[in-house]
Amino acid sequence: MLQQLRVAVIMLLMFTVLTGVIYPLSVSGVAWILMQDQALGSLVRKDGKVIGSSLVGQSFTSERYFHPRPSATTGPDATDPSKTVDAPYNAAASTGSNLGPITKKLIDRVQGSVDGLRQEGVNGPIPVDAVTTSSSGLDPDISPENAVLQVPRVAKARSLPEGRVHALVNAQVEGRALGILGEPRVNVLRLNLALDSLGNP
Amino acid sequence: MTLNGWLQIAIMLALVVLTARPLGIFMASVMQGKSTFLHRSVRPIETRLYSLAGVDETREQTWLQYVASLLAFNAAGFVLHYAILRLQGFLPLNPQGFGALSEHLAFNTAVSFVTNTNWQSYGGETTLSYFSQMVGLTVQNFVSAATGMAIIVPLARAFSRANATTVGNFWVDLTRVTLYVLLPLSIIMAFALIALGVPQNLSNYVDATTLEGAKQTIAQGPVASQLAIKQLGTNGGGFFNVNSAHPYENPSIWTNTIESWAIVALALALAVAFGRMIGREREGWALLGVMMIFLLAGCAIAYWAEAAGNPFMHAMGVDGGNMEGKEVRFGIPQSAVWATFTTGASNGSVNSMHGSYMPLGGLVPLVLIQIGEVVPGGVGSGLYGIVVFAIIAMFVAGLMVGRTPEYLGKKLEAKEVKMAMLAILIMPAFILGFSAVSAVLPVALAGLANPGPRGYTEILYAFSSAAGNNGSAFAGLTANAPWYDTTLGIAMLACRFGIIVPVMAIIGSLAAKPRLAPSGGTFPTDGALFVALLAGVIVIVSGLEFFPALALGPIVEHFQMLAGKTF
Repeated sequence: MLQQLRVAVIMLLMFTVLTGVIYPLSVSGVAWILMQDQALGSLVRKDGKVIGSSLVGQSFTSERYFHPRPSATTGPDATDPSKTVDAPYNAAASTGSNLGPITKKLIDRVQGSVDGLRQEGVNGPIPVDAVTTSSSGLDPDISPENAVLQVPRVAKARSLPEGRVHALVNAQVEGRALGILGEPRVNVLRLNLALDSLGNP
Repeated sequence: MTLNGWLQIAIMLALVVLTARPLGIFMASVMQGKSTFLHRSVRPIETRLYSLAGVDETREQTWLQYVASLLAFNAAGFVLHYAILRLQGFLPLNPQGFGALSEHLAFNTAVSFVTNTNWQSYGGETTLSYFSQMVGLTVQNFVSAATGMAIIVPLARAFSRANATTVGNFWVDLTRVTLYVLLPLSIIMAFALIALGVPQNLSNYVDATTLEGAKQTIAQGPVASQLAIKQLGTNGGGFFNVNSAHPYENPSIWTNTIESWAIVALALALAVAFGRMIGREREGWALLGVMMIFLLAGCAIAYWAEAAGNPFMHAMGVDGGNMEGKEVRFGIPQSAVWATFTTGASNGSVNSMHGSYMPLGGLVPLVLIQIGEVVPGGVGSGLYGIVVFAIIAMFVAGLMVGRTPEYLGKKLEAKEVKMAMLAILIMPAFILGFSAVSAVLPVALAGLANPGPRGYTEILYAFSSAAGNNGSAFAGLTANAPWYDTTLGIAMLACRFGIIVPVMAIIGSLAAKPRLAPSGGTFPTDGALFVALLAGVIVIVSGLEFFPALALGPIVEHFQMLAGKTF
């Protein structure tokens, strides 16, 4: 048995070096040389400053921008660090709401989002992704229907013709892979960047 | 439900079946020590490992020695992993300066990774340093998967050998699957994932200033290398808290397709490899057939339930299926496929939050775990698990016709059937026992996020996930507290090694028996009748065990939803 344990420890240490040190570090090294942009997190820069990652959703609240989906992430309370407060799109602490479908808290929250959209003047059916939180709390995308829903608000806030904003949304829609896999979607950060370049010709 | 949705499901199911044979042929060659195209480059590393550790690769072990080596290796792995987590604050590659994990969290996490469960009481980006992710988690991702896969070699020998006293050498089996299968596949997959956007760096978390001027801190890390083996090795422990729902762990539908495939690819291929190693590939395909029946049914039910959506939201004028806890880029069909694959296999990674699924949608992953993680189950563990069920199925068939049961040319007697029952009953004992206690214990109830039946299901799911070595969750449950960390850890340990030991005992006992030539009275185990019998036994055994518990959870919740009741 002692002999077995000796072999076990040596084998473990060798596998640790091989799969825990050499493997991840060499993959990191090669990736850094060949695919630096992706390896470093697909960061988006504007005027040299990092404004986010094209893959990770971020919060937009201004009427001038398209808004992402609701997010369930939280962050530490500035006044009392032992508590947490809502902090949508906290990319340092991903989480979903984990609320069940018949839990009152979920239904009240969704009702609140629906009421908010109705006050903005949205009539007709609301796309489900506009009022539900994603699993990561960092969903970078919204459905094309959700984007179209927001066109009047954004156009009004920017004093742009709705048709122009609508065309911009259509240009930003990414379809299914091979026409089959996944769902059509719009990346909110990219859409808003395109919007900014539209507003400041 | 749309035609496109069904098409997406069909494509994913076809994809995993198509790769089973080539991968299975390759794995069978590796496990039998035959020379493959990797031989020239990898063999020198393999022999070097043996000589450094003092392993004689030609010396075989009895089943008892094999188990002893396996347990010694896993015990050492636990101690090292626990030490890394407890000493995290003193170790390098810790840009965020995370301190040590608490005793109970370190225990839970170390057990979780050693047992191939990868339950996440930890929250990757908020708890673990890059060192812990690489040297702790990634290493166990490899070797816990290899431990399960190694057992398939003696399992095949139990049937292919006659009157044998030895079953193989654990160190050789462990090393081969790691060096020839897991490591090369992980390297390829890691680079593919990076090319598609998954980060791989040792940078500090990035502070971004958004267009609106707000600050966003974005977690980073060596994600791709951990992610590749996490999927291939049916581990499932996320680099980030939300696992493969995180846009960095799964940025697009392309990465999602690769990762989904990787969940079940090796576990299904092992069935083919097993068939080839016993000299009758068709036997492996029969087992694979049973696995696919459950995966197909799971995808269909989950998709149907989730696409139907939430009636309370529909009443507010919201249009669409249930997108709470799902990502837009994956949508409902690919979320349903993932939820089915990850629980059919004991992977446990997620790309959507099972805890926000519709009642019957959430029933699917829960049931797939509870039927014993055998369709296809974890790499290795799923296959030896389904062989245990096959032994029970043949025992049942033998009783019906009054004939001594046999399977794959070996007579099944009292010892094998007793050991098989032991291996099957340990899971329900721990799931139902701990769930029952937790359902009345105030300290356990304090961890629930949802009231009503969903809260109870959070408990039932947690212990099912731990005992099934799955690792997914109805994640509303706050599991990082002494009660859950400890009891879930105990359930993971008991149900990993409490199954491995009786399985190895069966292997030792079968290997020692003579081989029977098939006669006119032999029940063929490579045809449709056997597939139906085995699927039926799996359903009946788990149904008897778990139906009452499920009735109090997702089933009652479904009817309450139909009645318009909320909690």
